[in-house]
Amino acid sequence: MTDQDMSKYPLRLADDKVPMVRFMNVTKRYGDLVVLDSLDLDVDEGEMVTVIGPSGSGKTTVLRMLMTLETINGGVIYVDGEPLTHMEKGGRLVPADRRHIRRMRANIGMCFQHFNLFPHMTALENCMEAPVHVLGLPKAEARDRSIELLGMVGLEDKVDQHPARLSGGQQQRVAIARALAMRPKVMLFDEVTSALDPEVIGEVTNVIRKLVDQHNLTMLMVTHQMGFAKEISDRVCFFYDGKIEEQGPPSEIFGSPQKERTQQFLSAVLEAG
Amino acid sequence: MFDWRWDFTLNILPRLIEATGNTLLAAGIGYAIAVVIGLALALAQRTPFRALTLAVREAVEFIRSTPLILQIFFVFYVGPQFGIRLSPWVAGMIAIGLHYASYLSEVYRGGLDSVPRGQWEACAALNLSPARTYFRVIIPQALPPSLAGMGNYLVGIFKDTPMLSVIGVAELMHTATAIGSESYRYLEPYTLVGLIFLAISLPSAALIRAFEAWVRKKLGMTR
Ligand SMILES: Nc1ncnc2c1ncn2[C@@H]1O[C@H](COP(=O)(O)OP(=O)(O)O)[C@@H](O)[C@H]1O
Ligand SMILES: [Mg+2]
Repeated sequence: MTDQDMSKYPLRLADDKVPMVRFMNVTKRYGDLVVLDSLDLDVDEGEMVTVIGPSGSGKTTVLRMLMTLETINGGVIYVDGEPLTHMEKGGRLVPADRRHIRRMRANIGMCFQHFNLFPHMTALENCMEAPVHVLGLPKAEARDRSIELLGMVGLEDKVDQHPARLSGGQQQRVAIARALAMRPKVMLFDEVTSALDPEVIGEVTNVIRKLVDQHNLTMLMVTHQMGFAKEISDRVCFFYDGKIEEQGPPSEIFGSPQKERTQQFLSAVLEAG
Repeated sequence: MFDWRWDFTLNILPRLIEATGNTLLAAGIGYAIAVVIGLALALAQRTPFRALTLAVREAVEFIRSTPLILQIFFVFYVGPQFGIRLSPWVAGMIAIGLHYASYLSEVYRGGLDSVPRGQWEACAALNLSPARTYFRVIIPQALPPSLAGMGNYLVGIFKDTPMLSVIGVAELMHTATAIGSESYRYLEPYTLVGLIFLAISLPSAALIRAFEAWVRKKLGMTR
């Protein structure tokens, strides 16, 4: 975090309409490799933004930075108007310390391609762990909340099963319930159907569809399922080489993409099936 | 001239069985120390403090590359020169406990490294504290792959307890030697010591494997 001039970044966002998430001039490097180059991206409250693009274009990195799994090398990320990657100290922004990060990332939940469930805990224990030990909820309340969420994802009869006894689609649904149990304001999905057998992809996309319909969650989703992205997104961002090459409503991106790279990418994936 | 005397054998058996208790006690206490200190040594090498990591690494390497018997002598005989006067038992337990702690720390390190990165990331995404991450998520998963190595060193520490006889801990070897010098008969006491070690070591490998399977099942990690 070697940003030259931090004064151009506000201590907090105070427009009339504050986006739920704002990436402001965010740069991410691994050594000499610039993975994201001065990224600007807003996600409004309740908005579903889908990120598409070729492999290696930086899609996962965007989510991982927002989940604070990666530090950034320039710029500032804001969540709900407050800086996430930075904090205020003596009237200016300085890199966030652990405490600030822990407080801020409580706003964000994430589901991973490979589920990352805790294999030694049942579905219910997976969901209850953080509400009890991070939020400090009474066990009974955490249990009720977790059972309700496992019911919402259609797994009321699997609460006492360990992940090894569940199919991939069931595991991913537990992972979604586990993330939701923390009541995040923002949910991140990183290719959550990519590791699944084709016949169970629908059970996971149905859950996400339900979240979009019934909850006012802000969501950022990386996916290779163009049909699903087209159907469910408020906005689609096409990433290419660490930059947003083109973005807009799904009808425009899929119906009449303006940029040549977008057209090439879409025709390539649609051809592949 | 093979001259085995059964009456003498039966005579000394109770004393050797009593000493077996001390041997098991020494192995048990030494192992308990090794299990706990070993974990501390493994975790100390995973903190963000580079200096601590390096210091612990060097200490572990040092202990692993010098003989146990030297470490036992060192704690017992050199300690007093620095005003640290310890009984044979205490000195022996410290030496053997630390020796095996350094070996176990390597076993734990392997176990901790085998936990997939995604588990750490899930903990971070759920905002679990570092302590909760380690003790509720990472260590339970590092345990099953560590158990085989832990079991080997349990047998190892048991077989190394005779070294404590050199500073006068009254375990099996020490007792057998004492019997020998009293009676001028060494065949029976040393043979019995060998048989007792064999009788305890042999089934333990199978027991450890059974325990490993039981732990995996307990943790719900069987497919
Ligand atoms: N830990 C890392 N170390 C070095 N390079 C990385 C690391 N993680 C990702 N990258 C690189 O960053 C680029 C973007 O990766 P990623 O965000 O995973 O792309 P996508 O999700 O779009 O496929 C790739 O070139 C990848 O090789
Ligand atoms: Mg990716």
